Amino acid sequence: MEMFYVTNNTASAVAIADIPVVDYVALYNDLKERMNDPRYHVGHYFATEVENGLRFYMILLDDQTGEVLITSFVPDYYAEGLASLTAVHQQFHPFEREIFELYGVPFDNHPWLKPLRFSHDRRDKTSTMDSYPFYVIEGEELHEVNVGPIHAGIIEPGAFRFICDGEQVLHLEIALGYQHRGVESEMIRNGNRLRQTLIAESIAGDTAVGHTTAYAELVEKLAGKDIGDDLKRERLVAIELERIAMHLADTGALATDIGFQLYQVACEALRTVTINTTQAWCGNRFGKSLIRPLGSNFPLTEAKIETIRTNMADVRRRYNEVREDILEAQTLLARFEQCGLVSKDEMQRIGGVGQVARASGLKRDLRATHPSGFYAEEFSHEPILRTDGDVMSRLATRMDEVLQSIDYIHQVLANYKPSTTIEAPDYDASLMPEALSFSLVEGWRGEICHVALTDKEGAIAKYKVKDPSVHNWLGLAIAVRSEGISDFPINNKSFNLSYCGHDL
Amino acid sequence: MLIKLLNTLLMVVVALSITGVINRTRALLAGRRGTRFLQHIYNVRLLLRKGSVYSTTTTALFRIAPCVYLGAALMAFLFIPIANLEPLLSFHGDIILVAYLLAFSRLALILAAMDTGSSFEGMGAAREALYGALVEPALMIGLATLALFCGDSSFAEIFSEGQVLDVNLTIVLLLVAYIFVIIMFIEGGRVPVDDPKTHLELTMIHEVMCLDYSGIDLAMIQMAGWLKNAIFAIIAANAVSAVFCFHWGFAAPLAILGAGISVGVVESLRARNKLSRNITYILTLSALSALVLLVGFLLMQDIQI
Repeated sequence: MEMFYVTNNTASAVAIADIPVVDYVALYNDLKERMNDPRYHVGHYFATEVENGLRFYMILLDDQTGEVLITSFVPDYYAEGLASLTAVHQQFHPFEREIFELYGVPFDNHPWLKPLRFSHDRRDKTSTMDSYPFYVIEGEELHEVNVGPIHAGIIEPGAFRFICDGEQVLHLEIALGYQHRGVESEMIRNGNRLRQTLIAESIAGDTAVGHTTAYAELVEKLAGKDIGDDLKRERLVAIELERIAMHLADTGALATDIGFQLYQVACEALRTVTINTTQAWCGNRFGKSLIRPLGSNFPLTEAKIETIRTNMADVRRRYNEVREDILEAQTLLARFEQCGLVSKDEMQRIGGVGQVARASGLKRDLRATHPSGFYAEEFSHEPILRTDGDVMSRLATRMDEVLQSIDYIHQVLANYKPSTTIEAPDYDASLMPEALSFSLVEGWRGEICHVALTDKEGAIAKYKVKDPSVHNWLGLAIAVRSEGISDFPINNKSFNLSYCGHDL
Repeated sequence: MLIKLLNTLLMVVVALSITGVINRTRALLAGRRGTRFLQHIYNVRLLLRKGSVYSTTTTALFRIAPCVYLGAALMAFLFIPIANLEPLLSFHGDIILVAYLLAFSRLALILAAMDTGSSFEGMGAAREALYGALVEPALMIGLATLALFCGDSSFAEIFSEGQVLDVNLTIVLLLVAYIFVIIMFIEGGRVPVDDPKTHLELTMIHEVMCLDYSGIDLAMIQMAGWLKNAIFAIIAANAVSAVFCFHWGFAAPLAILGAGISVGVVESLRARNKLSRNITYILTLSALSALVLLVGFLLMQDIQI
């Protein structure tokens, strides 16, 4: 029997019956070898309750062929435990930790079997944030610095425990879970798909378009309907606008963190232009209400297309000046270069995704490897890579991606006339019963993966969300090792990961 | 006596204005209108009306420290003349007292920060102690250079009208002024050494030591900061005016504008140093001041190089 069901990111939903149920030991042995090849990485891995036990689903991504491999297994209820994949391939760590936390499945030899996000439906209710087992190094010369859980700028909560030798960081442990809202269980509370869309918009406030696109694509796959080129094109514009706005904000925020006022204010002004463009389109600066399943409430009009094009041309010209200045600003380079290094191998090992992985030379970009929507049409995307893996690389990939995204917007809006084929959103389309549907969307942070399972009636019975931050938080912890503790903020900002996207 | 009072009054004006000029310069360079010129004073007035909150881990040391910090700074402040005016207090060798009063105020704040038991504040205190120790040679040698020119060791004598300075010493005096401006950057916790605007405790030096202070205590610390800025700004301005025009009507505005604009421009147009780079930065300043002293000495001896 085949080990995997092979599909891709544009195919429709998969009948659960078609997904092989394999033996865990065989799967473990296969993955042990397979994951040595850098072309593979894990997209999602979760368990769900079935009669008399748990069924585990795993989604692997093949960057070379664009294939998506799906498999599942049902371990014997009385089995002792499962051999930990994290022990051989560390990119599995958040997923195994989540399964352990939710269902108490013991993974043998897991090196870091700690709670992930303290979800309300966790197995062990005595495990709380106050009893989080922080890593400890003993020593007279060392001291611990605890930052958080309340953030100095009151953005989002997370506890950062540093173990330092003087100013030098030996170890950083990041404990999250303070933001847990129960997104995944809210998604299946009732079948109201407008409500689900609104929840998807709130998974991570700064990735509203990204997560909603993931939700919409997932539903469209289950509905088995093609939404047409025009809507795909407009969604591409929306998600690239979000990418531009967030990268601009991060450029400015990095300048703020080193006390460089000039670039801070320049980038803040440009970000305002960008999010105001989104507002002019759909009434919300963060693109909420813009993406809806199977249609749109805000098809582009002649005037809106013109607004987007003029504003983006203006942003591109002005941002390019800032970018060129930044690349020559010595005091800035002195701070960012050779700071917070994460090598390509390290990124690969922890399963890093998105723009920070590309800054370390790891070519992970779903727009190129697993395109969906308009990216899968006559559109070719060349990911922007940097090889140094330092703060400057992460900034430089951001800056280049802004220009690239603006060019894409101009490209897809050139000669585009307001569409007549875009329909109003449909929240009641019937969905394929007993199916698994996944969506993979390259948000501005990286790979967003949503997975849903439907029941006999075609209602969504299980919903799993993965924000790219789940992969990348460990990258931040690695980046600051042996750096000065005062350089933590710029490293943190250069990753700019989501707390709520992780905590759900 | 009237001259002494005028001097003190002018000093207060300088101390109150520098922060306003800094904020205005920053705002202009950022393309903003900025806050009112006296906003920082209103802020402190607000703090003065508030009560203080104290952590239960702190002791009396923590409560006394702001008074000591402000008191020592104020004491040092009273020894400084503006160009041809006379300071309120003066005696032979008062430059040493001023240097140690400033060091004493620093000590008070460092001890208070450690008293809180917070890991942040301990870190800030360690940094402050290190940079304070490193900047002291620059300060002492800078003062020594000034003392060398007039053979006296009180501020009042150094900056007195009777002093006729050799034109050869112009460059030396300008360099001394430069050194004191940089010392002001360091002592005042400004970019490139520190960043008073940051919200990131891990990167702070001065600000993180004051995290546990509120209300009137915080107000005292901020006022002491203004006084310290004014001390260094006026010494620098005096050195410059000794070259061009030794009159308080020139030196006082120069202190306000020179200090305010230089801080504002630097904070807008460059990034902060990496923390570990600060050590080299400050040591370089000490080396420069030693060099300036040597050159000044050689020039005084009329040794042609």
